[in-house]
Amino acid sequence: MSRAIFSVVSAGPHVTIQDGGRPGLMRFGVPASGPMDPEAFAIANAALGNLDEAPGLEISLAGVTLDCVEGAVTVAVAGGGFQVRIDTDLQGSWTVATLRAGSRLTVTAGPWGSWTYLTFAGALQANRWLGSVATHGPSGLGGGKLVAGQQIVIADARVRPDREGVIPCPVTARPRREVKVVLGPQERFFPATTIDRFLSSPFALTDAYDRMGVRLAGPPLPPEGRLDMPSEPIVRGSIQVSGEGHCTVLLADHQTTGGYPKIATIVSDHINGLVQLRSRSQLSFVPTTPSAAVQTLRAKREVHDRFMERLRLGGSKPSCAQR
Amino acid sequence: MTNPQHTTFTRFRAVAEHAVLIEFGEMISEDANAQVIHLDRALAGAAFLGFREAVPAYVSLLVEFDPLVTDHETVRQAIETHLSAPRLKLHPGTNRDVLACYDGDFAPDLAAVAEQLGMTIEAVIETHLSGDYRVFMYGFAPGYAYLAGVPAHLQLPRKPAATRAVPAGSVLIAGPQCLVSTLTMPTGWWIIGRSPTRILGDNSDRPFLFDVGDRVTFRRIDRSAFDAQLAAG
Repeated sequence: MSRAIFSVVSAGPHVTIQDGGRPGLMRFGVPASGPMDPEAFAIANAALGNLDEAPGLEISLAGVTLDCVEGAVTVAVAGGGFQVRIDTDLQGSWTVATLRAGSRLTVTAGPWGSWTYLTFAGALQANRWLGSVATHGPSGLGGGKLVAGQQIVIADARVRPDREGVIPCPVTARPRREVKVVLGPQERFFPATTIDRFLSSPFALTDAYDRMGVRLAGPPLPPEGRLDMPSEPIVRGSIQVSGEGHCTVLLADHQTTGGYPKIATIVSDHINGLVQLRSRSQLSFVPTTPSAAVQTLRAKREVHDRFMERLRLGGSKPSCAQR
Repeated sequence: MTNPQHTTFTRFRAVAEHAVLIEFGEMISEDANAQVIHLDRALAGAAFLGFREAVPAYVSLLVEFDPLVTDHETVRQAIETHLSAPRLKLHPGTNRDVLACYDGDFAPDLAAVAEQLGMTIEAVIETHLSGDYRVFMYGFAPGYAYLAGVPAHLQLPRKPAATRAVPAGSVLIAGPQCLVSTLTMPTGWWIIGRSPTRILGDNSDRPFLFDVGDRVTFRRIDRSAFDAQLAAG
């Protein structure tokens, strides 16, 4: 069985091992974790013919440099618009390429996006916790954060020249500035004028942005009445409003319950686009109804499934620019 | 045993396209929490098509579903059916023992708690041990089980400022709640002891010690017993 080994030359904060996450454990205080942008992560895996949720690396704007020190393996990068270099050669930011002993992969922030994914044609060896290698950021449990000097072992490493080339970047992978929400579940804490302000005002991401959530800058939306609601469950995409009226969007490593009211919840397939925005990017919230949100999700599903199926089979590869 | 009161306050709230939140009250109460546990167990016993997971909290249950398979209204109807069924007598929950050492540096706030309450340190410990605790919910972080049942005369509001980097295993109290932390985290709760009992385990079949609804008894140990317990894993 062939293997490939990488040495981590440098890794910024928030560079972690992820897989599909560990859903189903929120009742024990454990969020699902997994990739911030699950769609891009699945694409990076599908481009190699992997299962969508196979272990890979999530790379933040701080970037990563890896030296291949043994073996050879084909890898894929997808998500955001990062700069990807093999040795000194600039690659496309959504790409499949082969790394061999002696080559260096460098991924750094590019023109757009906040997160990108590196997947392997092989089995990334990582520490499991509760059935998943997804890193839970606040505790470091799971596969963990990458640190300089660490080695990454890919078992069953394969070289797949047939897969090399550009990965198509669907429009849904782009940053999203108009984000659909369903109001609630605690919108009753806000007078109608405050709800209107929430839906009609621009917001911006602040620097307080990590895998747990992102705080927004925008008009204050102070909740009304007693703020003594018992802690209620939180989901990925909950928009929680503090006593002073500041909004925080809860993300992959969110706390599972909270005592602040949630004014609205982002529909799940718009979270990918939100996390690819950067600090100071503007966004606004657009209301939808629960049933319309379900219908929209179902309608888009077929197109997405077809795209993924083509990718898994290694179909035609139009470039980002052609689309 | 049936309870005809269960529909007095039941609200369904949509959460995005993939969940409903069922609320049984606006304030923490034993009855509302019992209704949460009832519905949670009913769903665990007979889940509807498209059910993903249920998350119990003090007075509400979040029910996650697969929107490709079902929708809010269908889920609401499935839950109404559960709610209108006669409520069986609730299993009282398993009794769980949690060891606690109240010695020295394990209990940095014990003296302050005693002073505020006008009690001796020994009386604070005895009062804490006398509590009849029940697991209301997990929340915040992995394995953080919120235990209700701190005796009334041991209830203090949380500290004015949080303490940073409080070690895992700390026994914390605030108001009617008690918690044994599982991760090194900041907390504004009073730190009155340390437990070697692992509430968040590793990859065993049962990584979490408690189920919501379990009863908890604290058992006092000294420092040498604590060290021995920790060494034994």
